[in-house]
Amino acid sequence: MTDLTNVEMEVVEKPRSQWRDVWDQFKTHKGAVAGLSFLIFITLFAAVGPFLWDVDPGRLDIRNKDVRPIYMGLFDSSAKVSWANPMGTDNLGRDIMANIMQGGRISLAVGWTAMVLAVVLGTTIGVLAGYFKRLDGLLMRFTDLVLALPLLPLLLVMMLLFRDPLRAAFGPETGIFLLIVAGIGITSWMQTARIVRGDVMALKEREFVLAARSIGTPARRMITRHLLPNVLSPIMVSATLGLATAIITESALSFLGLGFPSDFPTWGKILFDSVDRMTSFPERVIWPGLAISLTVLAVNYIGDGLRDALDPRIRGH
Amino acid sequence: MFDGPKPLVSVKDLKMHFPIYAGFFRRRVGEVKAVDGVSFDIVEGETLGLVGESGCGKSTCGRAVLRLYDITSGSISIDDREIGATPQSDLRTMRPTMQMVFQDPQASLNPRMTVEAIIKEPLDEHTALTEAEKREKVGELMDAVGLNRKFAKRYPHAFSGGQRQRIGIARALALNPKFIVCDEPIAALDVSIQAQVVNLLEDLQEKFGLTYLFISHDLSMVRHIATRVAVMYLGKVVELAPREALYRDPLHPYTKALLSAVPEPDPSLATAKERIILQGDVPSPSNPPNGCNFCTRCPSVMDICTKVEPDYREVQPGRYTACHLYNDTAG
Repeated sequence: MTDLTNVEMEVVEKPRSQWRDVWDQFKTHKGAVAGLSFLIFITLFAAVGPFLWDVDPGRLDIRNKDVRPIYMGLFDSSAKVSWANPMGTDNLGRDIMANIMQGGRISLAVGWTAMVLAVVLGTTIGVLAGYFKRLDGLLMRFTDLVLALPLLPLLLVMMLLFRDPLRAAFGPETGIFLLIVAGIGITSWMQTARIVRGDVMALKEREFVLAARSIGTPARRMITRHLLPNVLSPIMVSATLGLATAIITESALSFLGLGFPSDFPTWGKILFDSVDRMTSFPERVIWPGLAISLTVLAVNYIGDGLRDALDPRIRGH
Repeated sequence: MFDGPKPLVSVKDLKMHFPIYAGFFRRRVGEVKAVDGVSFDIVEGETLGLVGESGCGKSTCGRAVLRLYDITSGSISIDDREIGATPQSDLRTMRPTMQMVFQDPQASLNPRMTVEAIIKEPLDEHTALTEAEKREKVGELMDAVGLNRKFAKRYPHAFSGGQRQRIGIARALALNPKFIVCDEPIAALDVSIQAQVVNLLEDLQEKFGLTYLFISHDLSMVRHIATRVAVMYLGKVVELAPREALYRDPLHPYTKALLSAVPEPDPSLATAKERIILQGDVPSPSNPPNGCNFCTRCPSVMDICTKVEPDYREVQPGRYTACHLYNDTAG
């Protein structure tokens, strides 16, 4: 009898990994799974692609300029197509597929890093302002201040001021990368900060926080144990939106000529370079545009699925 | 009463006023006197019931006693340690002695933590046990409050109200406290579950030698569990007496009115029973009346009541009240 209960106990009390539950719930969200698959695909496409498709994205080949993508041959027998450039070439004869791969590397890296920076900054400021009453006025007025600044001129001034010193210190590419990421990161954390502050203030009055106070939980563990897990949903949503904004802001900067150097492709830059001749060569706009919007959409869906999966009230029951 | 055992909790002239800010410059325009000069002692092992209508300051009083608020003035001593003016950071070492069970079992449990993590939190904060020891202790606590150990990895939303309240009680017990404030622990539960939870609290009191401050508006339940009862009205204790004496022979007019409002289960007695129906509303705690707080509604109001605030004094052995009706006889 005792043996039996012991065995039963062990079976029952075997701890079930929480992340296993999260994954099980995540899998039930079809959009999120599709989004994750696409994100993995596009990341591999950008990261591993250049090794397989060994074409220098910057190589000019004037004789083969304005090659149409390979599928154009199906509709239009007179179209200039070539298997050497399956997605066509641009007006200087650069291979579009190689450019999109290379551009994806930069755009994704800028997007993710800037988003992480913005979310970390916004969450920190929001939690501090919401939890500590003394800091609230100061931090939120600072947030208002940054929010009131016109962002594009600010970014332009930052680029002009810091571009050369950073280039000298880290090399042209890393320098400009750091500058763009920092610029986008520190100009897009304010929405997150406001949302997080509001949520933290509401949570702070809930009884479970009072219960933790009666136990004697100090402020830092109160924040990490009780507040942050409960503001995860809004943070997740602003993170997904943040990634989209970061990619688009980077495009806008490149378009203004203040982002990466002109021979350095990013999705936004390919897109803007092709706008002039969009009517004759729609594919040059469609491919990078599709890459940007599908990535943003995929991340949005993943955020949606993760938010559901991380909420124990939705998960599993 | 003072000749008996030494009090574990001793509260003297406790005041908790919340400031009101208004206007464009957010100036302080007044204060809500939620608790305004409350004194009582709780002897080790007893249960003090604290009753009163909604908004009279019962819950605030309970929280203030545990120093979940920074009190306006007064002294609180628990287990021979004065904590009335101690800064929050120094209270941490004192927290294991005094715990709280909350009113709403849904709101008092973090929805993102498992039951095990919730009950383990006090152990994480105050003990140096290993993970395995903590898990064993959590199991023991779950046994003690009548929860199946199998449920340790579940989240609070998967439990019923009564079970959630048991989780809350297990958390309060985790550090072997001496004193527990039960802040309307049964108000949010079904009647059938209320009895279970109250019986559980009584069993635990016997088993661990706990002392309770039991806050409730349910007079019948307080009669069942409390050894002494304090009645609050508008931030003040109007009467404090041993349970039987208070229910048999209430002294203060407010206590009389309150007790006459308790439903009588026997229909023939219920029709015969005379109810005291108070007129008007409770005055605002930000602007209490002159003299006695109850003078605006008291059926036996006298001239002196609107001018002089009655002293809170011992009118019979062990019975305290604040009413001018008894000042002549006692004085």
